Amino acid sequence: MKDTLNPQPPVIEAQGLQLVFQTADGPVQALKDVNLVINRGDFVSFIGPSGCGKTTFLRAIAALEHPTGGTLTVNGMTPDEARRKRAYGYVFQAAGLYPWRTISGNIRLPLEIMGFSKAEQDSRVARVLDLVELSGFGKKFPWQLSGGMQQRASIARALAFDADILLMDEPFGALDEIVRDRLNEEVLKLWARTGKTIGFVTHSIPEAVYLSTKIVVMSPRPGRITDVIDSPLPKERPLDIRDSREFIEIAHRVREGLRAGHLDD
Amino acid sequence: MSALWMAVAVWLAAWGLNAWLAGSAASRTRFGKALVPLIFGATVLVLWEGLVRGLSVPPVILPAPSAIAATITGSLPTLWQDFAQTILKGAIPGFLIGAGAAFVVAIAIDRSPFLQRGLLPIGNFVAALPIVGLAPILVMWFGFDWQSKAAVVVVMVFFPILVNLVAGLQASERMQRDLMATWGASYWQTLVKLRLPAAMPFLFNGLKIASTLALIGAIVAEFFGSPVYGMGFRISTEVGRLGLDMVWATIAVAALAGSALYGLISLIERWVTFWHPSQRH
Ligand SMILES: Nc1ncnc2c1ncn2[C@@H]1O[C@H](COP(=O)(O)OP(=O)(O)O)[C@@H](O)[C@H]1O
Ligand SMILES: [Mg+2]
Repeated sequence: MKDTLNPQPPVIEAQGLQLVFQTADGPVQALKDVNLVINRGDFVSFIGPSGCGKTTFLRAIAALEHPTGGTLTVNGMTPDEARRKRAYGYVFQAAGLYPWRTISGNIRLPLEIMGFSKAEQDSRVARVLDLVELSGFGKKFPWQLSGGMQQRASIARALAFDADILLMDEPFGALDEIVRDRLNEEVLKLWARTGKTIGFVTHSIPEAVYLSTKIVVMSPRPGRITDVIDSPLPKERPLDIRDSREFIEIAHRVREGLRAGHLDD
Repeated sequence: MSALWMAVAVWLAAWGLNAWLAGSAASRTRFGKALVPLIFGATVLVLWEGLVRGLSVPPVILPAPSAIAATITGSLPTLWQDFAQTILKGAIPGFLIGAGAAFVVAIAIDRSPFLQRGLLPIGNFVAALPIVGLAPILVMWFGFDWQSKAAVVVVMVFFPILVNLVAGLQASERMQRDLMATWGASYWQTLVKLRLPAAMPFLFNGLKIASTLALIGAIVAEFFGSPVYGMGFRISTEVGRLGLDMVWATIAVAALAGSALYGLISLIERWVTFWHPSQRH
């Protein structure tokens, strides 16, 4: 599975990963025997019904959950070490902006924590505000902005400190379809411009196929990977690529993978 | 009897005026909002005055507002001395010390679930102790002067503030704490940049409750021993001498001081927690 000619080590590598939550109703197997390699610059989508462990896997990569078995490395380190090296930006389903800080203040927060100089903070805030097309809104407070703008601000916050891994857990799940389409295009542009490695959880098959270089299909009880699809689509993706034969074929394979996962129940 | 009827007429007229004001566009302006309670307050005073005069209520039972006002203007130096003793020396320093101590202790026990679980039941126990049991003991320990009153206030305000702040420090959302973790924030960074700001609405809730308790504590503690001045001393001795107008004058001062303290805390709260849904206008 691993390309031995590739000089760069994988960004994320999971082998036999297990994660069991101990709950009042007994153990819940959230991840079972997960094997996955993500390379630098990949755009990886995780798709599957709720409860199949997408969030848990992303959180394990970010060291917010701790695997109970198997190995998981991020940039060749443990997730905890990678976190201390500020390896990733994380975007949650809700924007999670701090209401007592302005939009600029929110984006500045990780920079303050990481000890960037004041001048550096200012220039980075300005740059990422521009990147997500929110220049001019820096002085607003979060509650004064629409949901879509808040989510863009939270993406800017995750980008501000230049982590090379961007993890997004259904970032546009709470937004309407029109806003979502637009933000998807923006994310794709951003990925092309920055060359980051992106992990992206979604419920939508077209969204997964349109965005990704690699699609990970998962199924629940226990959470596991049922298919990994390397997309043959080119990096440059105009919106009408969705009508191409390749696009429809991949979408079909994803749908089959999801259905197979359900038939196991 | 005519004073009574006049008072009732004024009351009905003011009621009508307020009903009209509340429904009109004026009620949405700042001035209109202040006007309605002012008219209401003035009406209560007029009705009170009318009732006392019209029914010839003896001053020992209930003095007229005009009589109380006359007493206030006639005994300003005494009232000021009482105010300085009870509020400026007893209630406010006690409040500040108690709040400061609660803040320090809340942070100190923040990392210890054991201490939190141990201290909060004790807090509830102390909060349930009647002040009439507490005050004599503290007067014995700290003497008759303001120090014992401040000590009573410290004990009374400490736990409400502590309990609220400890609850407030848990109030940040999991996602917000997870964000801090993904940025590799330290405990202190998370405390200062996330958990303390998120705790502010709770803290101010505690401070507002405590401001009322501070006033009650400082006044009631004087019933158990004090120098020959102070608001609690004044109330207890004037009741004994049937000087009800002076008792009411002191109560009026206490009410004003309490409202001022509460208002000041509310103002600071508005400034600090402007971002909270309850403060956004
Ligand atoms: N903190 C937790 N404690 C206990 N069980 C959990 C916890 N987080 C997730 N789970 C369980 O793990 C499984 C996978 O959840 P999750 O990763 O959130 O799925 P998804 O994001 O794909 O919808 C679910 O059965 C869920 O109930
Ligand atoms: Mg999820």
